[in-house]
Amino acid sequence: MSDKQPVLELRNVDKSFGPIDVLHEISLKVGEGEVLCLLGDNGAGKSTLIKTLAGVHQPTRGEIIMDGAPTTFSSPREAQERGIATVHQFGGTYPLMSIGHNFFMGVEPTKGFWPFKVYDREKANRIAVEEVQKMGITRITDGDRLVGGLSGGERQSLAIARAVYFGARVLILDEPTAALGVKQAAHVLRIVNEAKRRGLAVIFITHQVMHAMAVGDHFAVLIRGAIAADFRKGDKTREEIADLMAGGESMADLEANIEGYMESHEGHVPPPVH
Amino acid sequence: MTDTTTDSNVAPASGGISLAEFFRSPAAGAFMGFVVVFVVFAIFGFSRNFLSIPGITTWVNFASLVGIIAIPVGFLMIAGELDISTGAVLPAGAMTVAILCGHYELPVLVGILGALCVGALVGFINGFIVTRTEVPSFIVTLATLFAVAGLTLYLSILFINNTNSFYHAPDWAKALFGGKVFGFNSSVFWWIALVTAFYFFLHKSPKGAWVFALGGDQESARNAGIPVRGLKIGLFMLCSICAAFAGALQVITFNSATSQANFGLIFNTIISVVVGGVLLTGGFGTVMGIVFGVLTLAIVTQAIGFTEIDRNLSFLIIGVMLLIAVLMNDTFRNLATSWSTSKKK
Repeated sequence: MSDKQPVLELRNVDKSFGPIDVLHEISLKVGEGEVLCLLGDNGAGKSTLIKTLAGVHQPTRGEIIMDGAPTTFSSPREAQERGIATVHQFGGTYPLMSIGHNFFMGVEPTKGFWPFKVYDREKANRIAVEEVQKMGITRITDGDRLVGGLSGGERQSLAIARAVYFGARVLILDEPTAALGVKQAAHVLRIVNEAKRRGLAVIFITHQVMHAMAVGDHFAVLIRGAIAADFRKGDKTREEIADLMAGGESMADLEANIEGYMESHEGHVPPPVH
Repeated sequence: MTDTTTDSNVAPASGGISLAEFFRSPAAGAFMGFVVVFVVFAIFGFSRNFLSIPGITTWVNFASLVGIIAIPVGFLMIAGELDISTGAVLPAGAMTVAILCGHYELPVLVGILGALCVGALVGFINGFIVTRTEVPSFIVTLATLFAVAGLTLYLSILFINNTNSFYHAPDWAKALFGGKVFGFNSSVFWWIALVTAFYFFLHKSPKGAWVFALGGDQESARNAGIPVRGLKIGLFMLCSICAAFAGALQVITFNSATSQANFGLIFNTIISVVVGGVLLTGGFGTVMGIVFGVLTLAIVTQAIGFTEIDRNLSFLIIGVMLLIAVLMNDTFRNLATSWSTSKKK
């Protein structure tokens, strides 16, 4: 870990919903210009962790430290105001609204005087297009275009550009590449690198090891709500990580079981376990 | 159109209204539908006074009362909600004016204010229940439709022992709210004023985008800091207030009020909104589209008597029109989303 003070840090965070413990002693940190990849299979507690980071949930135990000071986020709004931006899988965009409207949703630029204050369409479109282009998406040139006509990768880029423009310091990307094709995913990964270059702390949540390897500086593997592995770039191979994500040993067990079953059952696979 | 991308990285913001821009707006279909219906009716009605003053005022006057309510109903549909309680709120507003001013002889402005308060209250209840529960707004407003209709009947009997009432407004109020200029009722001018205000709100003011955001993706809207609940309750209140106001205009214009629920109004407003190009699933629509939707509906239902077309066909025409509109709306939406930059001037 670098000597710099991390922007956001979790120390021994537990989260329970009633009697169900979802997160166990999560400790993480992410600094400026760093990409932390959170890897985990479905149900590993990734969403709960994101929601805890984004202020939707408050930790049951443990603390969240921002810029060295213990913090609690009482609402997503508060977390946003402190500079934590979350971009969800589908970008959180309105498909039937223009790029300019999407970019400035909730904080529309205006011109004129009350009560004749009007939405400044030219300004919104110009800034939105400029910011998206700065992130390397040069195909977007018209702020009036509806977001529904953009590709999945472009939507993600728009959402990330928006977060950067509005002063996010920590960018939480929730499975940004999950629903994308290879080319589009590469697009988004470039944007992640761009955000990193600009000094944002990025938390990149994914279950695609390849994508994580492409941008990550630091990796944490989440299994059943606990951090099963925590390592720097280059410490582990892709296969090792994939194995870890699937539950490490249990994956090897499962493989052995299937092989054993096939041998004794004339090559048939066992019925799936429910 | 050219396929080359513009030289500068940032395309200039296009100003003014271009033809292409018009055709990808959801109002285009509604406008074309209106033109087709108007031309067909004008041809068949040429010898039957369709284009005369009484011919035109008949459907424009009808359109104004439906239109005052249809636009806020359209706002709600854009925001992903439905309001069918208007059919009871209009007679409730009308009876409020008739009872307060006609029976108790209070000043007309008190009556109108009372009607608007009744509307605001019903709207608030609609909005409150819809935002606090998971019950779809169709069911909530269906419930308030019957509740308000029943209450209006009951209270009418209680206060004036009659389900109908009469009221003659003073001359100035009659001129302002129920007069006629060249055969056009005052409600037409009120409608024009409201259309202007609603157009400004939805398409020009910064808050207009929030309405679309509600219908587009409510969760994202909340995350973007938009007061989802407050805005939705506000829209329900606006809708009921407009319905009550239309009721007040109706009493002052026709000097009489009935407490019977106006179920036809519900269909008329929703048909107008859908024919006007508002997407049933929310997130898309325009004020001008709704205006053309209302006008089209009004021609087909009201002006058919001024043409050689059999009056009984009007419902058939409306049914066919509604189907075409819904199918067209999908096409227009696809056209709008697939419109790419390279096609601009």
